[in-house]
Amino acid sequence: MPFTILKKQELVPTVHQMDIAAPRVAEKAMPGQFVILRIDECGERIPLTIADFDAADGTVTLIFQEIGKTTRQLASLGAGDSIADLAGPLGCASTIEKFGTVVCVGGGVGIAPIFPIARGLMKAGNKVISIIGARSADILFWEERMKEASSELHVTTDDGTKGHHGFVTDIVQNVIESGEQVDRVIAIGPPVMMRAVAGVTKPFGIKTVVSLNPIMVDGTGMCGACRVLVGGVTKFACVDGPEFDAHEVDFTLLMSRLTMYLPEEKEALDYKVAEEPAV
Amino acid sequence: MKMKTESKPEKRPKMVKQSPSERRSNFEEVALGYNRYEAVAEANRCLNCKKPPCIEGCPVGVDIPRFIRQIAEEDFDSAVLTLKSTNSLPAICGRVCPQETQCEAVCVLGKGGKGDPIAIGGLERFVADYEMEEGVTIPDLRASTGRRVAVVGAGPAGLTAAAELAKMGHAVTVFESLHAAGGVLVYGIPEFRLPKSIVAAEVDFIRRLGVDMLMNSVIGKIGTVDELLREYDAVFLGTGAGLPSFLGIDGENLNGVYSANEFLTRVNLMKAYLFPEFDTPVKKGRRTIVVGGGNVAMDSARCALRLGAGEVTIVYRRGEDELPARAEEVLNAKEEGIIFRLLTNPIRILGDENNWVTCMECVNMELCEPDESGRCRPVPVPETEHIIPADVVVIAIGTSPNPLVSMTTPDLETAGYGTIVADETGATSKPGVFAGGDIVTGSATVISAMGAGKVAAKAIDEYVKGAVRL
Ligand SMILES: Cc1cc2nc3c(=O)[nH]c(=O)nc-3n(C[C@H](O)[C@H](O)[C@H](O)COP(=O)(O)OP(=O)(O)OC[C@H]3O[C@@H](n4cnc5c(N)ncnc54)[C@H](O)[C@@H]3O)c2cc1C
Ligand SMILES: Cc1cc2nc3c(=O)[nH]c(=O)nc-3n(C[C@H](O)[C@H](O)[C@H](O)COP(=O)(O)OP(=O)(O)OC[C@H]3O[C@@H](n4cnc5c(N)ncnc54)[C@H](O)[C@@H]3O)c2cc1C
Ligand code: SF4
Ligand code: FES
Repeated sequence: MPFTILKKQELVPTVHQMDIAAPRVAEKAMPGQFVILRIDECGERIPLTIADFDAADGTVTLIFQEIGKTTRQLASLGAGDSIADLAGPLGCASTIEKFGTVVCVGGGVGIAPIFPIARGLMKAGNKVISIIGARSADILFWEERMKEASSELHVTTDDGTKGHHGFVTDIVQNVIESGEQVDRVIAIGPPVMMRAVAGVTKPFGIKTVVSLNPIMVDGTGMCGACRVLVGGVTKFACVDGPEFDAHEVDFTLLMSRLTMYLPEEKEALDYKVAEEPAV
Repeated sequence: MKMKTESKPEKRPKMVKQSPSERRSNFEEVALGYNRYEAVAEANRCLNCKKPPCIEGCPVGVDIPRFIRQIAEEDFDSAVLTLKSTNSLPAICGRVCPQETQCEAVCVLGKGGKGDPIAIGGLERFVADYEMEEGVTIPDLRASTGRRVAVVGAGPAGLTAAAELAKMGHAVTVFESLHAAGGVLVYGIPEFRLPKSIVAAEVDFIRRLGVDMLMNSVIGKIGTVDELLREYDAVFLGTGAGLPSFLGIDGENLNGVYSANEFLTRVNLMKAYLFPEFDTPVKKGRRTIVVGGGNVAMDSARCALRLGAGEVTIVYRRGEDELPARAEEVLNAKEEGIIFRLLTNPIRILGDENNWVTCMECVNMELCEPDESGRCRPVPVPETEHIIPADVVVIAIGTSPNPLVSMTTPDLETAGYGTIVADETGATSKPGVFAGGDIVTGSATVISAMGAGKVAAKAIDEYVKGAVRL
């Protein structure tokens, strides 16, 4: 049974929001979980985080960045189109309880998955200090939503076109050093960013959680493509995670495993471009 | 071919196969099946024994002499009915069952080493393929009982249970986590041994029995067994043994190292051999090492070869006689040029500065004297460490049950390695919940999973008929 796209919007250049009708997934979804989708018979299975969900409407919201063949093809679809498969909710839900003060860090498309977590943590009675960052102001999205889901919101851009000129880690450091009693940090974004956040919080001994994005196939613990090393132990991110203790994660391994198919990804993209009708 | 009526030939006709040099570079089916004349000739060799041992040798008790006689009489339609009355997936079983250790092993004609046993598997395949060509007829279904049964997992166990229950008139819904039905038949066993169109046709037959199949539905995530029990009168668990084991040696997380499940899933389910027409990539090694000696290892090695690896080596810690794979598949692999390094065990996998696998260090093994259990444990031979170069390594040393269902069903009794405990009818410790196939036995065979699905269907039928509905 195909899954219908109800709404599609380009939030900022190359980043899209898609609302998909998937009532059974929406009913069970929790912050921190993801889906695996496949566009058509020839498609690859790719994981995307559930950025929002509405059990009453039966929809899940996905935010994705166009980076390769599948995300480019997904971006070419619009409301009324459908995709062949969508499985979820997968992975363990984020731990949402009353911790006290929690710093939520979202970098790039990582802003999308951090949103439901921040919202959940607020609801659970935490003080939520959110920090969202992007390379530049024109690719920063969901600022308003994040403001609503946080007690305090900081914005950073690498080029200084908005908010703090610099990295999210600068603000994490500032918040901690300002004397704020930070009970927990959760960071989602590119692996380099997550590693940097882990580096900042480690000396302070603040429990830090990151959501890992290794290459996946089934998403149910059946293949082991998603192996990550946490505290020296091999874990399957799709079932044991995707969230793990940042201070225990082997980021170097994660990053090298993410490059495993670079030549093939380029080939797939070239093949797709060659197939596209010339304009 | 001329048929002898008096003295019967001792040899079975050889099934035509693609030649090794041709097939090692394509994914098309290796064995091409018997034609009508070969099948009838072979069927005519059957003695139609009074007390046929072959039926006993068949885990689901197919009436073998009957369907063979019908082939001999060229009444293929009746042969279809005979087969299908006990086996709902004959085109699959005819191809992948280990007949050489089951029905054919006990066939009277093979006794004493004089002649070949009847090619029961080949004949089964012939009948099933005949039916597909002629167009499948759907049997009359019993009137609806109004009972609802949920089946979790669309592998051979789940599909068989679903088909049997539907034939009994129950409303059946199958929940499958992947996007396609078939279990190992679609993600594990390669196209060249079992074409996916055959699996699709068999699945379609079960759909046409009225079974509702929901793909992309991971039980334990989209709903728990307890939640299913609120909507259904009974639940059958056929979730298989899909969790890959690794060796636990250094270097297993290097780029280029795969579990057999991942490697085979990419190649078979995701059709990576057709990349880039199909989107999913797989690493095409120049030198591939496969660790293990079972069917899974043979399939991985033969896939690697067909992807274009110049050199494929199987590394197995025991000897030739201990290889758990079907003899025929070992032979096929050898014919195709796969190198067997037996009595060899990996110690660690080594990589380069970019985390890419470069080689594997192994040690020679020898088999010690058998212990009380009769099994020879392989032990390393000192100072025989050596290096085998590789750019892809596939670990095919076994799987265990996926814990997603048992983890979310606290009152379901499990045993060592996470298998679900079930009695001989498939009933588990939880009322209304039945289980069968690899999830109960650990990795076994297609036919044993089907047998378990069938037995459980009977027990479920009795259970739901007797169950008092609130
Ligand atoms: C749990 C999880 C949640 C994710 N959530 C989001 C999200 O909400 N929004 C978003 O934009 N992206 C998300 N990603 C990343 C997203 O899956 C990849 O961007 C996507 O698969 C790229 O596919 P492609 O064909 O467009 O690009 P490709 O050119 O195929 O790949 C580009 C890069 O994406 C990564 N990648 C490729 N294939 C996969 C795969 N099957 N699984 C995971 N990563 C892959 C690799 O690092 C690769 O180098 C998530 C990844 C994981 C594991
Ligand atoms: C590569 C390979 C080659 C083999 N070759 C042979 C052979 O030649 N001959 C032979 O007889 N046997 C062979 N076998 C063994 C045989 O395939 C298995 O014993 C048989 O498939 C077991 O059937 P099953 O129905 O119990 O499980 P499976 O076939 O494993 O099916 C289980 C299904 O359940 C689904 N599932 C799991 N968890 C969930 C969940 N939580 N929710 C929903 N769905 C779920 C899975 O996705 C899967 O589709 C081979 C196995 C492999 C891996
Ligand atoms: S044992 Fe062999 S010869 Fe006898 S009935 Fe069975 S298949 Fe025929
Ligand atoms: S994606 Fe296959 S085990 Fe995690």
